Amino acid sequence: MDRRSFLSLKREKLSKKFVTGRTQSGITPYTGPWTRNEVIHLLKRTMFGASLQDIKYFEQRTMEASVNELLTITAPLPTPPLKDYDASDAEAQPDNNIAPGATWVNDYNTDGGIGQARNFSFQRWWISRVLHQDRNIREKMTLFWHNHFATQMSSSNNGRLTYKHHQMLRQHALGNLKWLVKAVTLDPLMLVFQNGEHNRKESPDENYARELQELFSIGKENNPNYTEDDVKAAARVLTGWRINYETVEPFFTPERHDTGNKSFSSFYNNRVITGRAGAAGAQEVDDLIDMIFSKSREASVYVVKELYKWFVYYEIDAAAQANVIDPLAQMLVNYNWDIKPVVETLLKSEHFFDVLNQGCLIKGPADFIFGLCREFDVQLPSGADWQTEYAVNNLLSWIMKNLDQDLGEPPSVSGWPAYYQMPVFHEIWITNNTYPKRTEFTDMMTMSNFTVNNFELKIDVVAFAKTLSNPGDPNSLLNDSLEILYRIDLSEGVREQLKRDILLTGQTNDYYWTNAWNAHIANPSNMMAYQTVFTRLSELYQYLLALPEYHLS
Amino acid sequence: MLMKRRDFLRNTVPAAILPSFINGESITALAPNSFLNAITNYAEETDHVLVIIEMNGGNDGLNMVIPRDTYSAYYNIRANIAIPEANVLRLQGNDKTGLHPAMTGVQQLFNDGKVAIVQSAGYPDPNLSHFRSTDIWMSASDSNEVVNTGWIGRYLASEYPGYPMGYPNAAMPDPPAIQIGSLSSLTFHGPNIGMAMSITNPTSFYRIVDDVQDPAPATRAGKELTYIREIARQTEKFGDSIKRAATNSTQQLPYPDNNGLANQLKIVARLIKGGLKTRVYKVSIGGFDTHSMQTEMSNPMTGKHAELLKELSDAVKAFQDDLAFLGLEDRVLAFTFSEFGRRINSNFSVGTDHGAAAPMLVFGSKVQPGIIGNNPHIPGAGTQSNIPHQYDYRSVYASILEKWFCADNLGLQTVLLKNFQSLPIIQDNACNTNIKPKDDTSLISNYPNPFTTTTTVRYITQGGHTLVQVIDCMGRVVKRLVDGNQTGNTYTITFDSTGLAAGIYYLRLQNGPLQQVRAILKVK
Repeated sequence: MDRRSFLSLKREKLSKKFVTGRTQSGITPYTGPWTRNEVIHLLKRTMFGASLQDIKYFEQRTMEASVNELLTITAPLPTPPLKDYDASDAEAQPDNNIAPGATWVNDYNTDGGIGQARNFSFQRWWISRVLHQDRNIREKMTLFWHNHFATQMSSSNNGRLTYKHHQMLRQHALGNLKWLVKAVTLDPLMLVFQNGEHNRKESPDENYARELQELFSIGKENNPNYTEDDVKAAARVLTGWRINYETVEPFFTPERHDTGNKSFSSFYNNRVITGRAGAAGAQEVDDLIDMIFSKSREASVYVVKELYKWFVYYEIDAAAQANVIDPLAQMLVNYNWDIKPVVETLLKSEHFFDVLNQGCLIKGPADFIFGLCREFDVQLPSGADWQTEYAVNNLLSWIMKNLDQDLGEPPSVSGWPAYYQMPVFHEIWITNNTYPKRTEFTDMMTMSNFTVNNFELKIDVVAFAKTLSNPGDPNSLLNDSLEILYRIDLSEGVREQLKRDILLTGQTNDYYWTNAWNAHIANPSNMMAYQTVFTRLSELYQYLLALPEYHLS
Repeated sequence: MLMKRRDFLRNTVPAAILPSFINGESITALAPNSFLNAITNYAEETDHVLVIIEMNGGNDGLNMVIPRDTYSAYYNIRANIAIPEANVLRLQGNDKTGLHPAMTGVQQLFNDGKVAIVQSAGYPDPNLSHFRSTDIWMSASDSNEVVNTGWIGRYLASEYPGYPMGYPNAAMPDPPAIQIGSLSSLTFHGPNIGMAMSITNPTSFYRIVDDVQDPAPATRAGKELTYIREIARQTEKFGDSIKRAATNSTQQLPYPDNNGLANQLKIVARLIKGGLKTRVYKVSIGGFDTHSMQTEMSNPMTGKHAELLKELSDAVKAFQDDLAFLGLEDRVLAFTFSEFGRRINSNFSVGTDHGAAAPMLVFGSKVQPGIIGNNPHIPGAGTQSNIPHQYDYRSVYASILEKWFCADNLGLQTVLLKNFQSLPIIQDNACNTNIKPKDDTSLISNYPNPFTTTTTVRYITQGGHTLVQVIDCMGRVVKRLVDGNQTGNTYTITFDSTGLAAGIYYLRLQNGPLQQVRAILKVK
């Protein structure tokens, strides 16, 4: 369906009951128009918000080149988090050896309070990674994996475990699924979170063995599926793994390992993993993961569906299953579980750019908050002023928590309910509790500011307007803004009212706005001329960000 | 795995709201604290409601409130749009001034003692830009001062500190202010955030009241949009209270048809009757920017401006009658303002260009009826001229805050940023305060007049703050002769006009509730 017929469709009278559009489009490469609309769609789905700079950059390229560039991650891993906390009175072991503003990631410390403080330091650091993201998909994929292989940093109260885990996800954001599953299985934070470090032959702990299959690889929707006995057998395979907290590495303790043979159900073709004594017992985990991935259809379909829900929409109808999920799953197997070709094919597909799949993703809190900051090019504290940078991020993390997303701390090992809770999925982000808080945030960012360490976090509405193509023309100003901020068109009538009531202060002639704007441009230091445009632009953006349309991506 | 409550409380928690979990659902409860108690004690107990009527575009005040005592001067300087003398509506007890013939409703209200007219309200150094002057009126700033909050916003923020955090609550279950008819306005900006809820008339009002939804596209995006809209509707802080108020009152007197302002005022009356505790409403009527074809060429009593004044007059009359019917008359005060008046002289396009001061109309059964101030001085034909302000518009605001909202002097100065005179536009018993209107004859004069370079100005002050300004014919303050506290007496001071062009100037005296403007003439 092209955009034109879609727009004419919108004007038809709609019945009250919704019949949402279905599409037959599949993974054939998209060859339709490459306009600002498609660029913004791609950016909002693969990064956090579509900044004007990025929009202009990709407008100059083809769809093919744009997706390729988004999937090419060349930048090195970011420098590690800094000590932004004061723990000089820590009970067990103050880390006074670490200067404020220096990193703590290499410093071994056993104090729980410090471990927790470092978790929060990590969380604030993470927020900067997203706000200052490179022009690629890395941060969106890192958050995807965090939701997929969900861990809670509070489970360890050890920032070094948290940091190491997330750096692994970030480094392999477009890596190999099978490699990731093994890495996560032996990851120290996961070994804490799912009790793997206490899994020993005397009393095998089934916690991780279950989630490994149910949440991280196979899924629970297959028929037939793995059995309870398979969970027990997998738990025995995984006995004996522990954590060296000083090096933040897993290690294997043969004395804790169950050396008996582990038999699996017919789902796994009655596979027996031979028990091994001594150091060789560590190799059984490879056998286990090989066996799981031998169920290649289940394992590939499961993760491809997760990717689909992340990048396209939460509903997967029969056509999407046949035309998108199945071929991508087969591709994942063919590429030996490399994620990148699958994501690339999805993002270049007719299905991804199908107009019926645009604008239907409800923004999660991360997309909502960080996307807003990036789309409006909100000025942030400089890297040199790390105290303020971390303090601002602390504020943002609080706002996010109030919107039900605590980075590093999903509600459970299943991740956030928005990505698994049938049938509402993404709608869970918008509740009677969170919606007014979202609007309070946008009100503050447009009409006022959040002041942290004398730094004012706010949208500079005048600076933003200046980046648009022709801000002196109120129609152009409004249209440009809506194009960037909204994925759903506003009717002419609403546009006219916005223009008249806000930009024209009730007048009917466009030139009143033009004159006001030109007066400011001609004399930028004149406070009165500035205030005249500032007042109106604040109201305009406050209003636009308060409408339901803004929450769709 | 459940989130630990300890984890939730580990960092700073906003003062008024503590998140908590019940059955896994995050809910927000209002925590009783000293902060909320303070509000309850602080807010002045008054059930008075203020309705602000904005006349958007710059209203030609001289064709609305017409000088009968200097009719020929009025006629000569704007012959192509002047209202014929015989058709000027007479006002009971006042021979000097009349109304535009389209304003029979307001005439009747005046004769019933429910209207106060404040002559020539404006401010020094008038700005002729719609935007800038609107911002000045809404923010109550000086002409050359930038203030990014509104006067009502500042007042309401002092009455309801911390808003919107912790609202609605028992003390204020309803929006502090409601704007009907346009999306938002500077008037209501508090120091932190807007204090008003906008009801865009009439669709969204009825959306709240009658659950009417705009169509959403038949796509997945449309499905999600519909969902979010439903949550937005449910969580509109004040949606329920407004809906309840609207449902509570159904019986109203008829309002004129095809009258946008009447529709807005009808909603206001309905909401007040329905029990909303909202303190301030703002409605608006646009189209007063009458550069050309202000009147029909053949008949100056008809045309664009006449239609607007009729809409205004009919709407206000119906509103006032309805308030009486609903038993609300003593609780509601309304006033009009426009960002500026228009030139005294008309132009060849049968219109008037942007000007300066213009009359404000104040309505209600509790107004101190009558006309405050004199008709503006009309210069000779052919002169480009603006009406200088007799009353600072902020004196009207100050009087409303003081005598209608019963604000104390300190609060008044905080809201209006400085001290303004109190005008006798509201009956003294409205707040049980006692300020008697004073006779304002011969408070300021000069000799010689006309003069060439200097003239001696004689003025009488009752004591207290005394201000004597010289204003030129465009409304600019060219000299401030006196500005300070003086003891009650008669004083003289010399006005040296060196450097000023010959022409008409105005001496303006302001002293507490008193003011007077006198035209003087500099000759070569």
